[in-house]
Amino acid sequence: MTELRQRAVREPDGPPEDKESESEAKVDGETASDSESRAEASPPLIPADDTPEVLNRALSSLSSRWKNWWVRGILTLAMIAFFFVIIYLGPLVLMMIVLCVQIKCFHEIITIGYNVYHSYDLPWFRTLSWYFLLCVNYFFYGETVTDYFFTLVQREEPLRILSKYHRFISFTLYLIGFCMFVLSLVKKHYRLQFYMFGWTHVTLLIVVTQSHLVIHNLFEGMIWFIVPISCVICNDIMAYMFGFFFGRTPLIKLSPKKTWEGFIGGFFATVVFGLLLSYVMSGYRCFVCPVEYNNDTNSFTVDCEPSYLFRLQEYNIPGVIQSLLGWKTVRMYPFQIHSIALSTFASLIGPFGGFFASGFKRAFKIKDFANTIPGHGGIMDRFDCQYLMATFVNVYIASFIRGPNPSKLIQQFLTLRPDQQLHIFNTLKSHLTDKGMLMAATEDE
Amino acid sequence: MLELRHRAGCPGPGGAVAPPPREGEAAGGDHETESTSDKETDIDDRYGDLDSRTDSDIPEILPSSDRTPEILKKALSGLSSRWKNWWIRGILTLTMISLFFLIIYMGSFMLMLLVLGIQVKCFHEIITIGYRVYRSYDLPWFRTLSWYFLLCVNYFFYGETVADYFATFVQREEQLQSLIRYHRFISFALYLAGFCMFVLSLVKKHYRLQFYMFAWTHVTLLITVTQSHLVIQNLFEGMIWFLVPISSVICNDITAYLFGFFFGRTPLIKLSPKKTWEGFIGGFFSTVVFGFIAAYVLSKYQYFVCPVEYRSDVNSFVTECEPSEIFQLQSYSLPPFLKAVLRRETVSLYPFQIHSIALSTFASLIGPFGGFFASGFKRAFKIKDFANTIPGHGGIMDRFDCQYLMATFVHVYITSFIRGPNPSKVLQQLLVLQPEQQLNIYKTLKTHLIEKGILQPTLKV
Repeated sequence: MTELRQRAVREPDGPPEDKESESEAKVDGETASDSESRAEASPPLIPADDTPEVLNRALSSLSSRWKNWWVRGILTLAMIAFFFVIIYLGPLVLMMIVLCVQIKCFHEIITIGYNVYHSYDLPWFRTLSWYFLLCVNYFFYGETVTDYFFTLVQREEPLRILSKYHRFISFTLYLIGFCMFVLSLVKKHYRLQFYMFGWTHVTLLIVVTQSHLVIHNLFEGMIWFIVPISCVICNDIMAYMFGFFFGRTPLIKLSPKKTWEGFIGGFFATVVFGLLLSYVMSGYRCFVCPVEYNNDTNSFTVDCEPSYLFRLQEYNIPGVIQSLLGWKTVRMYPFQIHSIALSTFASLIGPFGGFFASGFKRAFKIKDFANTIPGHGGIMDRFDCQYLMATFVNVYIASFIRGPNPSKLIQQFLTLRPDQQLHIFNTLKSHLTDKGMLMAATEDE
Repeated sequence: MLELRHRAGCPGPGGAVAPPPREGEAAGGDHETESTSDKETDIDDRYGDLDSRTDSDIPEILPSSDRTPEILKKALSGLSSRWKNWWIRGILTLTMISLFFLIIYMGSFMLMLLVLGIQVKCFHEIITIGYRVYRSYDLPWFRTLSWYFLLCVNYFFYGETVADYFATFVQREEQLQSLIRYHRFISFALYLAGFCMFVLSLVKKHYRLQFYMFAWTHVTLLITVTQSHLVIQNLFEGMIWFLVPISSVICNDITAYLFGFFFGRTPLIKLSPKKTWEGFIGGFFSTVVFGFIAAYVLSKYQYFVCPVEYRSDVNSFVTECEPSEIFQLQSYSLPPFLKAVLRRETVSLYPFQIHSIALSTFASLIGPFGGFFASGFKRAFKIKDFANTIPGHGGIMDRFDCQYLMATFVHVYITSFIRGPNPSKVLQQLLVLQPEQQLNIYKTLKTHLIEKGILQPTLKV
């Protein structure tokens, strides 16, 4: 099988080679199913150098092929265990992890830019990149904080002013960075500086907006954070397994190790996994309830009456499946139906994020984004398929699940002028009366 | 003076009569080669490596004077080339300003179309530069994909605007309602389709190029499309919020040029050697005065001052309202030293004039940075002008580079200091909520309004 053949032995500790030829078999650095190529490719970029000594010794007796397999396997389990631990620790820790992952991804991509353009010594540029990262994060966190921590913000005077003029302050900070950039333009380096400016902005667009959408999803309920991410991880692993055992037909020229069998097998496995996982998680309040900030206890709480989505309903099984299963109806959470949509996206479109990252790595002739994780590459390597998932979940929630946030609406309403308030009130009143929610004249209370 | 000396027949690289460069550019173009520190790692990837070919870029710069209409050429053939250029620029400037007035007269709808047209042209100009820089005109799919992304992003932004401002119109039509309700999803799906097409179009030898063009497209979209939509949002707030900032920037350009012409001595910034401190400061003061006066003149008319609304009955835009507080004359007491100078106790001003000082200050002090950015960009890519659409001036982008930051500033200024949230948007969101939530909100609002005395408690029947 293609996987086994390609996983065959190359010494992982060979000297790194930057300039590989365009031969597709070698330059292939995407998700779980293909990172084996790193092991055998004309010596990969040092992933194994990071393997902790402990592991090195323990596995020293095995052949290098199995050694790599074990290193990757152990690291995979370690990362999954870490994921569980931080879920257990709660929303605040999750938010911080998301922030750290974002910063690390930004750092990795910017470093690649420096390497590509040999621009590490450009005046000011490192400072400016980090400054822009800070500005954009300030802007997004400010918007989130204003939405979700409304009462806390209103209480504290400095926070209230900061939040009232938030956009203006963020824009001013960004402008300062922009003017510094213009003032830092140096005669011989114009093009480079513009390239790095563009590179920084595209990276910010990719990395920072995604991470903030992830946090929005998290606030909607931890299940909206956990199920999508797990589906992507599951798809990675399942597609690899199916490809390993049954892989025959190549999927796309960009990633020669991906196969149609892996793709389709991964799709079905992920949908089933998503269904099961949602079933398990929908039972627990701590996953299902929106995360709220409780002013009295000054901490995050997840306590609520589960919404309609997370209450068991009876569904009639269509005739076709009835005969198969021997049941007339099945009890499911409506959320499980949504999870099918999420898993489908994770399996069918998520891999495009991985292909995009592969193409990027081929274009810039790098094996991995970085070598942070032994056996896997950089943080960005692990998160490239997640890239589109977070946006999809956010758009999905905004379009199909929840409407606008009522408390935010009230807050906006209170800042309007009285005549506007009256106008809205009357329109709402006639709308509700039309719908029969309000009795026409009497039911004013 | 610096200006005269540079404008004196120093022909540009390509043409016999190169138009005088705008005050933002070095005369005669920047012929220095970028050092090889720009060289990229990859020798194999021939298409991506541009910097070793910097010198060969120069012949590509198209002389703008080719576009001068014949009639102007004949009329001015008698003058020396220096004055000829001056006249061409002057005539075109006046033409553009008159066009501007004409469109204002024709109303908000035409203005929106104009903004859209400018945005598309700016996008086209910048993308064309990208193609030239990367010699990537023949990349498979790429032209289609760039225009497709432009369409998607515009669809997204226009959909958000339409949903906000045309709420009543939209409620009527069923199909529009579902389009609006799922707008984000639809936009995202369209974008994703483009993204997947891009991934599928990656061709073995052109990876780096394709990624560069992808990034170039996205940065251009970020710059041009978001700006143009902020301009339209400002427009809906009231045409004065559109007119005063744009005129302040134009005025600053012109007066800085004139001050520099007559008094210019100290260079301002190495990037644009023709800018001078005298021009900068003179331009600042004249723009503030101009903005002050323009605000005074425009604040009187409801046509400029009222938010643009779409009336479903007449199916058109109307600007009719009770002018808000900032457009009503107020009396301000003068501080003592001014009292002595002007010999008056108080002065009647529109509060908007105070805001206009802020807007003009931004236009004069920070706006030029947008111009410097564009100059740096042109130097970096060794082009004289973005395009040669306007004889004597260059491309559309050349005219709008200083406006770039202004629109965002005005938008941020309005949302922070002037108005609160948009009432029709609040209403639209209210109508989308679940009925129980609506009822809850209704009760809360009612209590609030009664407390404030805005609503009289109704008598029970």
